[in-house]
Order: sequence, then structure tokens, then C-alpha cells
Amino acid sequence: MNIVVLVKQVPDTWSERKLSDADHTLDRASADAVLDEINERAVEEALLAKEAQGGEVTVVCMGPERANEAIRKALSMGADSAVHVSDEALHGSDAVQTARTLAAAIGTLESVDLVIAGNESTDGRAGAVPAMVAELLGWPQLTYARKLDTDGQSVSIERESDAGVATVEANLPALVSVTEKINEPRYPSFKGIMAAKKKPVSTLSVADVGLSADEVGLGSAPTQVVSSAPAPPKEAGVKVTDEGEGGVQIVEFLSGQKLV
Amino acid sequence: MAAPTTARPETPPASPFSLNEDQRAIQETAREFATERIAPHAVQWDQDKHFPVDVLREAGELGIGGVYIDERFGGSGLSRFDSALIFEALATGCPTISAYISIHNMVAWMIDAYGDDEQRQRWLPSLCSMERLGSYCLTEPEAGSDAGALQTRAVRDGDHYVVNGVKQFISGAGSSGVYVVMVRTGQEGPKGISTLVVDGDSEGISFGPEEHKMGWNAQPTRQVVFSDVRVPVANRLGEEGIGFRIAMAGLDGGRLSIGACSLGGAQAALDKSLDYVRERSAFGVKIGEFQTLQFKLADMATELEAARMLLWRAASALDAKASDATRLCAMAKRMATDNGFAVANEALQIHGGYGYLAEYGLEKIVRDLRVHQILEGTNEIMRLIISRGLLEQQS
Ligand SMILES: Cc1cc2nc3c(=O)[nH]c(=O)nc-3n(C[C@H](O)[C@H](O)[C@H](O)COP(=O)(O)OP(=O)(O)OC[C@H]3O[C@@H](n4cnc5c(N)ncnc54)[C@H](O)[C@@H]3O)c2cc1C
Repeated sequence: MNIVVLVKQVPDTWSERKLSDADHTLDRASADAVLDEINERAVEEALLAKEAQGGEVTVVCMGPERANEAIRKALSMGADSAVHVSDEALHGSDAVQTARTLAAAIGTLESVDLVIAGNESTDGRAGAVPAMVAELLGWPQLTYARKLDTDGQSVSIERESDAGVATVEANLPALVSVTEKINEPRYPSFKGIMAAKKKPVSTLSVADVGLSADEVGLGSAPTQVVSSAPAPPKEAGVKVTDEGEGGVQIVEFLSGQKLV
Repeated sequence: MAAPTTARPETPPASPFSLNEDQRAIQETAREFATERIAPHAVQWDQDKHFPVDVLREAGELGIGGVYIDERFGGSGLSRFDSALIFEALATGCPTISAYISIHNMVAWMIDAYGDDEQRQRWLPSLCSMERLGSYCLTEPEAGSDAGALQTRAVRDGDHYVVNGVKQFISGAGSSGVYVVMVRTGQEGPKGISTLVVDGDSEGISFGPEEHKMGWNAQPTRQVVFSDVRVPVANRLGEEGIGFRIAMAGLDGGRLSIGACSLGGAQAALDKSLDYVRERSAFGVKIGEFQTLQFKLADMATELEAARMLLWRAASALDAKASDATRLCAMAKRMATDNGFAVANEALQIHGGYGYLAEYGLEKIVRDLRVHQILEGTNEIMRLIISRGLLEQQS
């Protein structure tokens, strides 16, 4: 079966992240860039499915040239090839435009059975792109998977939400988005690292995937960020002095915050 | 589902002063493994004297069990230079674990370099995956630095050798499945020595109690005792009489690895110090404001960088099979292990009383790095090798 994994390069969660003053887009130069951890899990899940069912894993990435490092990481883990949509015109694209671009990029590939994505990226956190891509492809969407099974004909997931766990099934082709709980991603092996650079990566422009430059990017984005401000520094929390009633006070505080 | 492909630029050649993309990726992966799978447990393993065989197997999946072993036999096919990056990166998590893995690699390499294809096929795949661990058996109770005087005897009996003797200070002993053993098959001195590969479950092999040590507690050090152990002649690496050469060839690379382990341990100690001086206050200021400490940190970074450059130079020489590789490896081992120990010791000092507590991880690094100045040839023996090379060159 042929599996596509949508991957994104994001600023390392541990580094300081900033928005640029000019247009409120991510200041990519200010932070270390890594393959989004949730995408490592998506790649892992694709590799597991490939190991069980055979086939190929292709990673699809939209991002600046530098994102090839994230692509390389996915290839080192064992993905077979990659499509990198890289174009100046994409700068500032919002979730809708990103989904359009990714769906179009998937459209350049033949006979895709399954698309796997992370449920949300650790930088933008819109959590909307996987569903939009499925919609644009006209495929069933199975989101928030904490477990995935496929026999090559259909796919079944355990969908976890605040309300509970549902088992959801669909025939292929379909799109699945996975959560942090899905698996522990493998480390790339040294052989995998050395093999990665020999694997095919096709770099496509916006035109190559069949879109025009004025459909994407900041200028034509359906949503616009009009202002942004850094989160205020954390304020000191509430101190409870234990005078015999400490436990009760903490429970009262937590239930006041609807945490218990 | 092929899409049109575009050619990607070739990786530029390795330079001794900067790493290429592959090398950075390899180093990063080893560092990640060390940070996530080793470092969080290092102090506990030391305290409990626990040898984490399960974590070694996990490392095996990355290809760490046969870093510079032929890919046809399950190895990763990388260079000595790459291996120096890997062992330094692993040692930032725990020098003891990294050093054991480096010995394991040395054992696998001796089989790869001196074994025939049948022998390589027999032992290397399971060593590379770290399903089986390897031990290097040269030292004896009465023969350390003067290893050429070893007395463990292998007497030919038909298709077998009958081995009797005691090997001292053997890393991994008892846990390992494969023992590469230097034995006397002929005359006294280095020329009478041969190398046998002995399976750990052979009849007649037994192990002494675990030694109580200053450091290196996360791996066992024990005697290996051979009493009438029958080893097939087919287990001999190369010809009779070349065993000492094999043992010394193994150590050239082994010394690089041990040096790299010192760099990694010391680098971790330096990194901890850089954090600490920004947190800790005394006399109303962060201690990092004291120029004395700033200068100390500057010296530590300089000493490490100098040792790293020499080590990389020696690794390149070994990869190129240069005629001065042995001497350079001895220089690198001497300098990296001396500088590494000194830097770790300074880092402990910077941490004050907390440096002396197990919890902070500094005293463990100091204890671990101390033995690197002793084993795989003491640093006096390194000077012997270096000066011998120098004097021969002059004449
Ligand atoms: C924790 C640990 C793990 C080890 N693991 C292994 C292993 O896996 N396999 C293995 O085979 N061995 C192993 N060893 C043994 C180690 O390699 C030896 O301890 C080392 O080679 C020194 O030998 P020795 O202890 O007999 O010291 P000696 O050779 O007795 O040396 C005593 C002192 O004399 C000095 N000296 C000796 N000869 C000279 C000379 N010609 N000129 C100047 N000074 C000299 C030495 O430098 C040293 O300071 C291990 C040792 C330890 C402590």
C-alpha cells in the first residue's frame, strides 16, 4: 500500500519562538528547526503499516528550502521518497491555503491509499489542516487516532477525545491524523542516515502542483493575522499555607478551576 | 508512486574542522539517544552497579554495535572518524556505557579485520545488533602494560586448542557472549601469541566476582578463568603468532574511542558548569560573574577543543591507514583522557559542595574518566609509543 505522510518543520519546542514584527508570521531564523515530533510519530506509524503490508512511504512537506532537514530526518527513519513543495509565494499561507497546497501535492502522486498526518503542529496548533486536506481530496477523515490498524483495504482507528474513545473505520483511500499517544518513534539508524541522501526528493513549485501564485501566501490568505503580542509573563500562583486545612484548600482551588 | 526527482547536491568531503551533513546527522542521532535513553538513568545505574543490557540492545538497533564494521555482516560501514563523533556523543550521556560499547566495537572489528568470511558471518551479525556482547581479553594478573608477557596457554589437540589461564580486568565479562582472547601458542614474547574467539558458554570458562571499582560501575569488570576450555582451531583469527599484532591493531582504534569517551564526559561536565554558574549566586552575584570562573571555563573549553582536534586528526590518519596512525592515536588518547579528566575535575570544583554529591552527576563523571588514563594502555605507555616513534624517525 502507498502511504503519504504530511510532515512539517517547526521551531524546536525548547528554543525561544518569535513572530516577526512585520507580518506576524513565524520568525523561522530565530529558532532551531526540527521535524515536528508529532510527525515523527506519523512517520513511525506509516513505517509500521509498510512493514506489515508492504508498499511505499512518501513524505510530503510544504516549507522553505531549509525544511529539507526535516524531510531528511523522515527519510533517515525509513520513508522511501519525498515531495517538497517550496516556493517563495507560499510565505504566510494560512491553514486553508496550506491544505490546498498539500492536497494538490498529494494529487501529483499515483495511487495513494492512506495519508497520515499529526493532529496538530506544535507551532501553529490550528489542528485544522488534516481535516481540510481530507475534504479537498474527497476522502474520509479519521482524526485524533491513538491507535491505527489497516489491512490494506480499510483502516480502523481508536479516536480519542475529551468525551471518550470511539472506534472509527473507513475504506481506503482515507486520511488519518494521529495524536501523541500513537507510538514511540524509532531513532534513525546510521545506515538509514547514510541511505537518506540517496533517496529521491522532488522539489515542486506552486505551479508544479497546479496552483497559481495568487491563490497562496499572505496576500490572498482567507484569514489575516491583524495583530500579535507576546504572551504575558506568568504570574506567581496562589500559595496555600498549610495550617491543617491545606489538603482541603488545594482540592477547593482545583475544583474552582474545574480541574478536578 | 514516483514523482519527478531532482538531483541533490553531493555531500562535500569531510574536513577536520567542520562536519558534513551526514556526520552532523549521525552525531545528532547518537546525542539524542544519549540524552533520552542514557543520561536520565546514568547516576542510578552507577549507584546500583547496573549494566543496562536492554538499553545496549536498543542502541544496537541504531547500528551502534558495529559502527565501523562491514555492512555485509550487519555493520554500519562508517569510518573511524564517524565513530569518534558517535562515542563522544554517547559519552555525554554516560562515559561508562559509551566506553563499553566502544570495546564491543573493537572486538567486532578484530573479527571483521582478521577473520575469514565464515568467521565474520558466524559472529558479526549478532555482535552488530548487540544481541550478543563482546569482551576483549588481553590483560592478565601478571601482565598488564607488558602484555607481550601474557601466560594464558593454548595447546593444540587435534582440531582444538586446550586453553588454560586467567584474564584480569575484563570489561563485560560474564555478560558477554563472545570473548576475543590473546593466548600463548608458541614461544615467549609477543611473537608466540595467537587470537582465539571463545564462546561465553564454552565448558570450562568461569568468571571471578565483580571487582569493586572507583568508577565504571555501570559495566562489570571481572576475571575470566579458563580451565581446559576446548576451542576449535577454526576459531583462531589469522595465523598462529600474529595475535599480539591483532591485539595492538585493535587498540589503535580502541584508544581513539576511549579518548572520545573522555571528551564526551568532559563536555557534559562543562555544559553542566555553564548552566550552574548562571544559576548559583554568591556574594550577591551569579558566580558566573567572577572572572576567575569565566577564565576557568575558557580554559576548559580550550583544552577540550585542542584534544578534540588531535583526536579527529588521529581518526583521519587511521581511516587513511597512514604510517603514523599508531603514534597519533597514542597522542590523542593521552591528551584526550588527561584533558578530559582535568576538565571534569574543574567542573566538579565549580559546583562546590554540590559537585561532590552523587545527585549532581559530576563526581560520577570524574570517577568514570579517571580510568581512561589507565586502560587500553596507560598514559605512560602512550608516551612510550610516542617517543619510540619519534626516536625511530630521528635515526
Ligand atoms: C576498569 C578496568 C577495565 C579494564 N578492561 C579491560 C579489558 O576489557 N580487557 C583487557 O584486556 N584489559 C582491561 N583492563 C586492564 C588495563 O588495560 C590494564 O590495567 C592496564 O593496561 C595497565 O596494566 P596493569 O594494571 O597491570 O598496570 P602495570 O602494567 O602493572 O603498570 C603499573 C604502573 O607502571 C607503569 N608502567 C608500566 N610499564 C611502564 C614502562 N615501560 N614505562 C613507564 N611506566 C610503566 C604504568 O603506567 C602504571 O602506572 C581494564 C582495567 C580496568 C581498571
